[in-house]
Amino acid sequence: MPPRPPRCLTAAVVLAALAAGAAGPAPAQTPSAPAPGQGTTPGPTSAQPAPQPGSAAASPAQGSARGPGRGALSSPNADPFPSTYRPFTSVPTVIRNVTVMTAAGPTIRNGAVLLRDGRIAAVGASVDVPAGATVIDGQGKYVTPGIVDDHSHLGVYAAPGGDALSDGNEATNPVTSYVWAEHSVWPQDPQFPRNLAGGVTTLQVLPGSANLIGGRSVVLKVVPSRTVQGMKFPGARYGLKMACGENPKRVYANRGPSTRMGNMAGYRTAWINAEAYRRRWDAFLAGNRQGDPPARDLGNETLADVLRGNILVHNHCYRADEMAQMLDLAREFGYRIRSFHHGVEAYKIADLMARDSVSGSLWADWGGFKMEALDGIRANIALVHAAGARAIVHSDDPSGSQRLNQEAAKALAAGRAAGVAVSEDDAIRWLTINPAWALGLDDRIGSLEPGKNADVVLWSGNPFSVYSRAEKVWVDGALLYDRLDPNRQWRTDFELGYVPAPNAAAGTGQRPAVPAGNGGTR
Amino acid sequence: MRTPRSFRTLAVAAAALGAVAGTRWAQAQTVAVVGGTVYPVIGPRIDRGTVLMRNGRIVAVGADVAIPADAQRIDATGRVVTPGFINAGTQLGVVEVGAVRDTRDANARGQNNVAASFLVWEGFNPASAHIAPARQEGVTTVAVIPGGGLISGQAALVDTDTGSAASVLRRASVAMVAQVGSAQGAGVGARGELIGRLREILTDARAYRANRAAFERNATRPYAAGRADLDALQPVLAGTLPMLIAADRASDIEAALRLKREFGLRMMIAGGAEAWQLARRLAAEGVAVLTGAENNIPGGFASLGQRQENAAILARAGVLVVLVGNGAGDPELFNVRNLRFEAGNAVAYGMDFGAALRAVTLTPAELFGVDDRVGALAAGRDANVVVWSGDPFEFATRAEHVFVRGREITTPSRQDELTRRYRTLPGSGYRP
Repeated sequence: MPPRPPRCLTAAVVLAALAAGAAGPAPAQTPSAPAPGQGTTPGPTSAQPAPQPGSAAASPAQGSARGPGRGALSSPNADPFPSTYRPFTSVPTVIRNVTVMTAAGPTIRNGAVLLRDGRIAAVGASVDVPAGATVIDGQGKYVTPGIVDDHSHLGVYAAPGGDALSDGNEATNPVTSYVWAEHSVWPQDPQFPRNLAGGVTTLQVLPGSANLIGGRSVVLKVVPSRTVQGMKFPGARYGLKMACGENPKRVYANRGPSTRMGNMAGYRTAWINAEAYRRRWDAFLAGNRQGDPPARDLGNETLADVLRGNILVHNHCYRADEMAQMLDLAREFGYRIRSFHHGVEAYKIADLMARDSVSGSLWADWGGFKMEALDGIRANIALVHAAGARAIVHSDDPSGSQRLNQEAAKALAAGRAAGVAVSEDDAIRWLTINPAWALGLDDRIGSLEPGKNADVVLWSGNPFSVYSRAEKVWVDGALLYDRLDPNRQWRTDFELGYVPAPNAAAGTGQRPAVPAGNGGTR
Repeated sequence: MRTPRSFRTLAVAAAALGAVAGTRWAQAQTVAVVGGTVYPVIGPRIDRGTVLMRNGRIVAVGADVAIPADAQRIDATGRVVTPGFINAGTQLGVVEVGAVRDTRDANARGQNNVAASFLVWEGFNPASAHIAPARQEGVTTVAVIPGGGLISGQAALVDTDTGSAASVLRRASVAMVAQVGSAQGAGVGARGELIGRLREILTDARAYRANRAAFERNATRPYAAGRADLDALQPVLAGTLPMLIAADRASDIEAALRLKREFGLRMMIAGGAEAWQLARRLAAEGVAVLTGAENNIPGGFASLGQRQENAAILARAGVLVVLVGNGAGDPELFNVRNLRFEAGNAVAYGMDFGAALRAVTLTPAELFGVDDRVGALAAGRDANVVVWSGDPFEFATRAEHVFVRGREITTPSRQDELTRRYRTLPGSGYRP
């Protein structure tokens, strides 16, 4: 089995980690500052400022509370399960003579990228090669930012499946804003290493869509770890999963909501309660904090932080008319929807999404499987893009997540077939900087620009070709996956003794010489 | 208030009639596709070749084909010409909306999880909105596979043509579908019990054949299946109808192979997650495998060895491989059209391009006994022909012309109409 990359840290890596907010009790709700020299946020629309914390006390007594007793005070702690992720050991790495798709500007032919101390140090026609750097010749190959999948259920619906690993839907109440997806994540889900091998370096793991309000999401790095805390993206904000339409009303048909109007009433009731809760707590925190604090309520704590702008709303919603109602609902209660997920009818209201700065996390070509998915079309992503909203290729699927580049290729081809002017440079953004924006992390990941985290994929060819595959994947500058080196292919605990080890010769993206009928290569 | 059912039926019928309108009737005329790179599949590639069609048939394929003066010429210079693809793993026409019960006709109830007499084709709906997108991407023939239970029923072969159910049908029964992987699905308690039940049914089908007269007089012992199912199994016992067995775990496939030998069956394995571990045996026993190249997830204890190189390893060992979708996104229905990307992924994971092309054309035609009609470009065969803008397995490539039985159907799909309607917002719907 491949050895796990050692975790001893060089001083430079520690510094990089500190700068990235990896160490210490970084408050989860504070967006990290843009890296020095960082320009405006790239994307199809003009840069959108991230939702700012509300005017009321934005950071309720989190890390600043000293010593024991945060719980004793019954005071909300914004980051009770802090990230323990540290970047893996890296060496300065230059990939040169390679086509660079930066997601921040036009593709650079015969370009080069320097990864150093966990960051992108330089991108251009050529870069200086530091002494001792690993130099990779990328002849015929492509480099892109690590793919960001903002709709995953890895870890919460882990392989090999079954009831024992079905941890994604707390389908016991239509509003479960009190659950946190990270408490369901199994770090030994064998789907994680497969995702990394598909070039995915950041995942948002969401609760399922059984509930009107499903709970908190968690943003993970796709890295080996004993604990979920070791996978958590340092400083990433939380998301809130909401779901429209058929799923909640089907799941709760007997107890309600059993209709779409029941769904709407359910959201509104929850937000009315949350707003009252927020006012109570913000008044307490803004005052002299004497006397008993208001009673804590886990669900309302999460919802109140949405109302303060600290938690980003990810809203599963298929139909155009329902999305339009959710936009009004958000306005009624003063929160923003960061992304509509699935949105098979997003193309019908893409102008409204652009108006309200809501991104669309979409499939390339799914549809038809239920009434609210009936009107899926392949041009959806391109039409949303063309309307000026941020388009995102998402997966909601452990298999699709491994081939998001192929999904983007389909969406690109469909857009062109429909007469929409879209380019490969646009399509690479659908996979990287746009989902990074949806997670509030576009200042740290999602493009190849100096200062950004060195989450990088080297592809065997153009990533929009069916024949290309991720060959090497770096996370924070550390080479965590190499298709050509079985010692750089992470295997989870579960796989040991159950899943045949990867065949070093098989599938290099270069017409591999697979042993013929050898009865297996255990 | 609900729409009266009869109104809805009328609406569906009207839509079906309308769908015929956009057909380019090439049947009565001659079409010459000239100058393309032609992959006949049955023979070597022809550069700058011609495919000549007349009256729904291919009449000539080659580099030096005389083109009749009255022929409609399609310039395929720089294009690729292949037989229409065959998707052997679909529910096309027997499911419309998965979550709408009234549109699901793929799974029979059967008796004790046995539905051998179930002809899935008898519920086939040629007005399904999912057929046009499949055709538009070069899929001209599909196998419609029943599901559920222990013995699911009989798969059918259908062209993605327009017309009545009877007219688009190629064969009503091309395989007897069953499974050996899921005791729960078979309604029994253990894998061994499942195999034992299959053995009992096949044994009784044999006994029924020998005692048919006595059976009609009620003078036989009770059999493990009903008369219709026992009748339906006769071609299976005679070796004229192959069994299509869904099995993933290597030991499940081995169990299926034991039954094959015991009863002299013809057999194909569907799914076959761990088939690569038995590649040599499957080749030696002439057992084909229907699998895909978009799954490497140990998604259950029966498929821990699932890998994307499966098809490549099998093909190199000499196993007949048919590529079907095995990834995400509804490859059986909404995305039957994505078959060509399955083939592209199979190539990316080690399969030879020619082998992958064969695995979506001629090989399924052979296994379903229609290789004299479809799956290859050769004189005398039905004119299921696709002109591609480039490599058919690539995302950027488009199927520019698709002929089904010699006709090019250009009616827009439902998805095309939606795209057109909302191409410019607020949409060009009904706004008087």
